[in-house]
Amino acid sequence: MSGAYQGKLDAAGNVNPQILSEEAEDSRGEMARMSSFVGAIAVADLVKTTLGPKGMDKILKSADPNEQKITVTNDGATILKSLFVDNPAAKILIDISKTQDDEVGDGTTTVAVFAGELLREAEQLILQKIHPQIIIQGWRLAVAEARKTLLSLAWDNNTDDDAFRKDLENVVGTTLSSKLLVQEKEHFISLAVDSVLRLKGSDDLKLIQVIKKAGGNLKDSFLADGFILEKKISNGSVHSIQNPSIMVANSSMDYDKIKIFGSKVKVDSIEKVAEIEAAEREKMRRKVDKILSYGPNVFINRQLIYDYPESLMVEKGVMVIEHADFDGVERLSAVLGADILSTFDNPDPSKLGSCGTIEEIIIGEDKAISFKNCQEGRASTIVLRGASSHLLDEAERSLHDALCVLIQTIKNKKVIFGGGHSEVAMSNATDALAKTIPGKKSLAVEAFGRALRKLPTIIADNGGFDSSELVSELRAAVNNGSKTAGIDMNKGVLGDMRELGIKECLRVKEQALLSASEAAEMILRVDEIVTCAPRKREGY
Amino acid sequence: MASAQGQFLAFDEFGRPFIVIREQEKRARVKGLEAQRANINAARAVSNLLRTSLGPKGMDKILVSQDGDVTITNDGATIMEKMDVKHQVAKLLVELSQSQDNEIGDGTTGVVILAGALLESALNLLDKGLHPLRVCDGFERACAIAVKHLEATSQELDVFANNNELLKKAAVTCLCSKVVSNRQNELAAIAVEAVLDVADIKRKDVNFEHIKVEGKPGGSLEDTCLIRGIVIDKDMSHPQMAKVVKDAKIAILTCPFEPPKPKTKHKLEISNAEDYRKLYEQEQQYFVKMIEDVKNSGSNIVICQWGFDDEANYLLHANKLPAVRWVGGVEIELIAMATGARIVPRFSELSSEKLGRAACVREIGFGTTDDKMIVIEGCANTSAVTVLVRGGNKMIVDEAKRCLHDALCVVRNLIRDSRIVYGGGCAELMASLEITKVVDMEPSIEQYAMRGFADALEDISNALAENSGLNPIETTTWLKNEMKNDPSKRYGVDCNGVGINDMKELNVYESLQSKVQQLQLATQVVRMILKIDDVFAPSEYS
Repeated sequence: MSGAYQGKLDAAGNVNPQILSEEAEDSRGEMARMSSFVGAIAVADLVKTTLGPKGMDKILKSADPNEQKITVTNDGATILKSLFVDNPAAKILIDISKTQDDEVGDGTTTVAVFAGELLREAEQLILQKIHPQIIIQGWRLAVAEARKTLLSLAWDNNTDDDAFRKDLENVVGTTLSSKLLVQEKEHFISLAVDSVLRLKGSDDLKLIQVIKKAGGNLKDSFLADGFILEKKISNGSVHSIQNPSIMVANSSMDYDKIKIFGSKVKVDSIEKVAEIEAAEREKMRRKVDKILSYGPNVFINRQLIYDYPESLMVEKGVMVIEHADFDGVERLSAVLGADILSTFDNPDPSKLGSCGTIEEIIIGEDKAISFKNCQEGRASTIVLRGASSHLLDEAERSLHDALCVLIQTIKNKKVIFGGGHSEVAMSNATDALAKTIPGKKSLAVEAFGRALRKLPTIIADNGGFDSSELVSELRAAVNNGSKTAGIDMNKGVLGDMRELGIKECLRVKEQALLSASEAAEMILRVDEIVTCAPRKREGY
Repeated sequence: MASAQGQFLAFDEFGRPFIVIREQEKRARVKGLEAQRANINAARAVSNLLRTSLGPKGMDKILVSQDGDVTITNDGATIMEKMDVKHQVAKLLVELSQSQDNEIGDGTTGVVILAGALLESALNLLDKGLHPLRVCDGFERACAIAVKHLEATSQELDVFANNNELLKKAAVTCLCSKVVSNRQNELAAIAVEAVLDVADIKRKDVNFEHIKVEGKPGGSLEDTCLIRGIVIDKDMSHPQMAKVVKDAKIAILTCPFEPPKPKTKHKLEISNAEDYRKLYEQEQQYFVKMIEDVKNSGSNIVICQWGFDDEANYLLHANKLPAVRWVGGVEIELIAMATGARIVPRFSELSSEKLGRAACVREIGFGTTDDKMIVIEGCANTSAVTVLVRGGNKMIVDEAKRCLHDALCVVRNLIRDSRIVYGGGCAELMASLEITKVVDMEPSIEQYAMRGFADALEDISNALAENSGLNPIETTTWLKNEMKNDPSKRYGVDCNGVGINDMKELNVYESLQSKVQQLQLATQVVRMILKIDDVFAPSEYS
């Protein structure tokens, strides 16, 4: 036989007809499962060493040889995002970590590592000839039990403001302790907590702006009062105004093209050109007059402002700021309480915004504009300083994680003890559950407990401590009813988490638990991988 | 070479070869039994691939697309569609599952497996020397018997009784084989509610155009919700516009808020300063006029298919007219339909009776990301509903969307025709028993084919048992025996391992329509494949 009826011979010598396209691949059963396990575990192992306060960083270098930029980070989501993987199961893991980042902002490494550990356990169970569906059944029971335990461990200091602030500080401290910012931990804790408390319960991270300026050291980072716009004030304008009335506009302030379609200027003599030009200037002048009739003394435009209108305004003593981009304008209008104007026919001062002072400041070597004492006091700007741009990027990522965790904590109010306490408590609960379940499912429940215990084990390993000893001690302590025991990662012994102030946000932990088990289940349910022939790329 | 060419060459009386088919050496040809065998093998390879996805314990497949995107699913139609199948007969099976999907929406895996099983037993019969057409005829007669028997033994349910309990159970049956099974009850309730909202109970019809399933990654499956209205993935055109409009009077426009662009080519030449000024004033007037037209019509929210000029955008905001721009044509029509609005192509044609009404239009935001959507609720005319699916990531959302589609179809089918048969392989086994009974009275050769059909039907319960980790042959035999001894029993494979085989008690059922469709479609496709006795194909390019 030839042509379309060609096919491969299988082990028994039967002809398998070629059904898929030439280069498509199809792997089934054990092979498919194996490849997804290998892929997922490899990805999990990759980020494993970054877990915990003693986790190591990774250097990420672009695959493009022309691109010299490198990134140094230990943020799980950042590492995974920049990986190019071909393995579908690995892609799932990366996806789940990304979602964790979008949803709660932290715990991205934990998710990937935990899902990897679950799959490692599942691999063992499958070798014992336990069907994946049975493992999944067991896991679902275990997740429900673990979640119940986790919720029972949590408490909140909702009523007591001081205690709650203390909780917040502890939670940020725990998050930051595994990041680069650990050296200036205290400084950044108060920075993050202050800026988040200023949001007054809003969860809009956009109101906290982070500006990075190379130079100085991390300690010089500060929380600015009000809002900072990284733009320059036009030459000739005044550079500071008290209680200004600010107009925020989005209008073309160049020559203001005619929008009527198909119009074209055609002239037959030089004089006419001059006339048109005069008309053009006249038009712009009238527009400026209209704007000035609102009575602003600061004019901020999203688009460019040409010299002529600028000079007209400056003459009248108006501070002019041009080319503030979309985000800048939207933030400004929110912060200052101004409307974004595009036509100027109905003078109405109430459309203008205001703030305490507006002035030009210098951060590092660059100029920026600071709006102080804004009406909407919720906005704030954190200016990060640091020795190099790599450091600043990583600091920004760490700060982002910290802010996300804080916002989650404020929303949810509940916190739990860190240092592996919750994981070990959950695993004890699932172990106890396993003993009450008849049938093979109990093996899967036990495996779930083992995977949970792997998390503190890995953290301890990364710190160079005797993980087996520590985790088993911790397990015994929790089993004997301790509510605060955990691993002290500075000394490598068991410690009291309440005294050490190591707390974590419940919501982050819960989401990590759920997403990781969801991802692991998804990978485990697969028994076949069909890969289409890659699209032919042309032009290479 | 000689053997390969021997098939195609004809010789005249002088022994000279002459050409029957142009460029025959470049074509591959198989004919006769060989062709049938090859086709059947290919079709069986496809059905074997789906076999492990059947039932609540079925496994998922990862499908990597040409561009490297990953899909995880166990929905038969989706697997077949994304599989990049090249073989011509395998493509027939892909179409088979697709037509089941279009017609019924569920049972897409079952139909392919059934076709595979039928082909397998056809192969045995062909080997015995039966003519393919006799096999086809026998299959068709058996199919008719099966359908008649199923119709006779089906059960009419009062689906609306007890707070739609039965509809929900049917949706749960459909969802329990999917990855979303840990949230099956919630999703089933949503599906039932959505269908009932738009169902025309008197005519027993459900217009699926009124149910939209929108997905948005983020949140978790628990956040999936039913919105009694329309959701569009857009935001208000100006960030400061009102986010909520109560008692909305919606103006739907298909003209941009920009100066007009006549379709005929034209040129407007300005030759002096006076004209220039006039033109500028004219331009300003356009915008003012547009907004006035909208305002005068009494509308309080604008939905536009095109973009807005900055100035127009601000004027809309200043006149307290929230607006949504760049809304797609399909959505525009849906909104117009639901709110009773007329789509207006020119500003001058706006009038108050052309506006659509809705109780509330609002903008909702999600999570820490900057995603926004517009929700139109309480539409005047019809009861359009949207199911907004949330989930951990895009893969889950997509899969959940597919699952919900299946569940919606199941509920719709039950409302259309409330006769049901029991699942878990029960209906197939009953049909198989009936055929075996009738076959003994059959004098013609077709009896062999009919027996083959009966055997093939058992394959469904075999596959279910296999996927659930039971001994397939033992289980099927036992089930058959039980039902033979007591025809009132409705026993099926106990997939979840609860120790009960009575499908009535477990509430595992499917609509009769779906099952009948499966049997008929599979039989037709098998007939089509068996009738092929000669295949020409271009051989490999070399």
